[in-house]
Amino acid sequence: MSYQVNEKGYYGDFGGAFIPEMLYPNVEELRSRYLDIMQEEDFQKEFRQLLKNYVGRPTPLYFAERFSKKYNTKVYLKREDLCHTGAHKVNNTIGQILMAKRLGKNRIIAETGAGQHGVATATVCALMGIECVVYMGEIDIKRQAPNVARMKMLGAKVVPAKSGSRTLKDATNEAIRDWINNPVDTHYIIGSVVGPHPYPDMVARFQSVVSEEVKKQLQEKEGREAPDHVVACVGGGSNAAGLYYHYLDNEKVNIIAVEAAGEGVLTGKSAATSALGREGIIHGSKTLLMQTDDGQITEPYSISAGLDYPGVGPMHANLFRTGRGEFISITDEEAMKAGLDLCKLEGIIPAIETAHALAIFDKRKFEKDEVVVVNLSGRGDKDLNTYIEHFNL
Amino acid sequence: MNRIKQKLQENPSKKLLSIYFTAGYPEPEDTVSILLELQNSGVDMVEIGLPFSDPLADGPVIQRSSEAALKSGMTTTRLFNQLENNREAIDIPLLIMGYFNPILQYGVEKFCRKCSEIGIDGLIIPDLPLEEYQLQYKEIFQQYDLLPVFLITPQTSEERIKEIDSASDGFIYMVSTAAVTGGKKGFGEEQKKYFHRVSKMGLKNPLIVGFGIKDRETFQQATAETNGAIIGSAFIKQLNDHGTSGISNFIKTIR
Ligand SMILES: Cc1ncc(COP(=O)(O)O)c(C=O)c1O
Repeated sequence: MSYQVNEKGYYGDFGGAFIPEMLYPNVEELRSRYLDIMQEEDFQKEFRQLLKNYVGRPTPLYFAERFSKKYNTKVYLKREDLCHTGAHKVNNTIGQILMAKRLGKNRIIAETGAGQHGVATATVCALMGIECVVYMGEIDIKRQAPNVARMKMLGAKVVPAKSGSRTLKDATNEAIRDWINNPVDTHYIIGSVVGPHPYPDMVARFQSVVSEEVKKQLQEKEGREAPDHVVACVGGGSNAAGLYYHYLDNEKVNIIAVEAAGEGVLTGKSAATSALGREGIIHGSKTLLMQTDDGQITEPYSISAGLDYPGVGPMHANLFRTGRGEFISITDEEAMKAGLDLCKLEGIIPAIETAHALAIFDKRKFEKDEVVVVNLSGRGDKDLNTYIEHFNL
Repeated sequence: MNRIKQKLQENPSKKLLSIYFTAGYPEPEDTVSILLELQNSGVDMVEIGLPFSDPLADGPVIQRSSEAALKSGMTTTRLFNQLENNREAIDIPLLIMGYFNPILQYGVEKFCRKCSEIGIDGLIIPDLPLEEYQLQYKEIFQQYDLLPVFLITPQTSEERIKEIDSASDGFIYMVSTAAVTGGKKGFGEEQKKYFHRVSKMGLKNPLIVGFGIKDRETFQQATAETNGAIIGSAFIKQLNDHGTSGISNFIKTIR
């Protein structure tokens, strides 16, 4: 059994391309060409070169000694926080901007929640001198002012999404509407392993550089390519997909996906999609989705804007349904504490998204000689205000 | 015989006027009275919009009507209840136009069965494209004699138009412009060429144009070489301005 996408664009029951006909030419063009383009030598060369010299890859696989001692196991942190722009998001935007160029597109649109993907998109557009429009929920624009300023400094136009609940899902709707209105010259750089096929697979492939590096690095450090556990937080699921990618079909590696419980899974203020979601369609993909009995998409909640999405990528929905992945949900409170703990133990300030992944060590025991790799998906600079408020710093 | 097919066959040269409105808007219980008013005004066919929280092919007017309908308690079940036992009074073809997720939640089979029980003739599901329809849902639609209506756009290739034509058995929904619903621009040379090009393809299904039709002029432009047109946002806008009592006057301004 494979946990990769099949030729119809499905991961088990999940995935597909549930798109209005207006998007068909663009999505179909991408679907029919993305694999060929990604395999071109010239594409690979440019992609690798930029990852190395611009993003700063490979990122270190760091043995967190004091953290490991505290939890009596062996924890490695994959330092995606050291990427240019401060998170793994840029691996995908570098790949997609090169894709867009080869598709002959000269205008880029993107959605963003916390602003990390928006910044990563604005960055690569500046790098390539391409017009960039980022949709962001009106409420998020107020919550994430520094990232809005960053995008503007990088030359992007930030458009407030004023429809619906005015957060990430609505920003995504607006980006899709823009694409419908601009079907010829525009490429949509989606920010996670979500959306219609081939997006989940394409984004996962761009992010797969993470586990490609981990394999090599772990070989050097532990004399084996595969850890016992891989752990990542899941919003849409792109940093998780990147870390799991080369281990998906190696069932000796336990996959742990960490979702945001918000104030608690059953409080009505949560973003724990695997626990609360049912099969549904969001943004062109059949996946697990938080919704009412009547099929209206509901608004999730998490203290971390990057995990505040009512769906999850179809790869992860399949990992959940098949039992291949172990899903754990972490509350705001638990994540904030784990974030601060990492600062004190290792001198690393993690993004609050990432702090969710770190918080599982207080809930779940690992054996002393087990090797656990955690994707340290981003740094916490963008979250300072939340940390300050939460801990009265 | 399915009422859509009957309507299309009884007078093939007539330019059909079809109206879209969002179920449960302006008020949750307006559905049936709007349908009766439309029928009495001479409208040929109606698309009843199933409100959805995330209507990604729709512009602001339809978005807001959906939001308002949901807020005031509109649901799929409520719509079905409203339509029950009204098929004697309303004999024009009725379609439901809605996004796929609420239908999936209701249960596709159960939804189709219910539609057929209350006399729905066809379904327009913008985010259920041909491929996914054929992969999983075709048999169910056929079992309940519901016509699937697929969209084409100015960017749709000839090859795909032909594919859609052969999978369709009612009419093809011709999206006028590369835009979400509620476009304000009117039609220019580009649209005329597109209407002309597709109408000359010799398709077996009639063409009905939607998106951006708002008045007599755009209705006439859209139907010059096609079989009819659908008015959505402009109709909802008139509901906003004049309520349900303005319906027959609005229809008179169109044809
Ligand atoms: C640092 C960080 N980690 C994780 C995420 C969640 O996204 P994904 O699940 O796609 O990795 C985000 C999203 O903004 C992020 O900024």
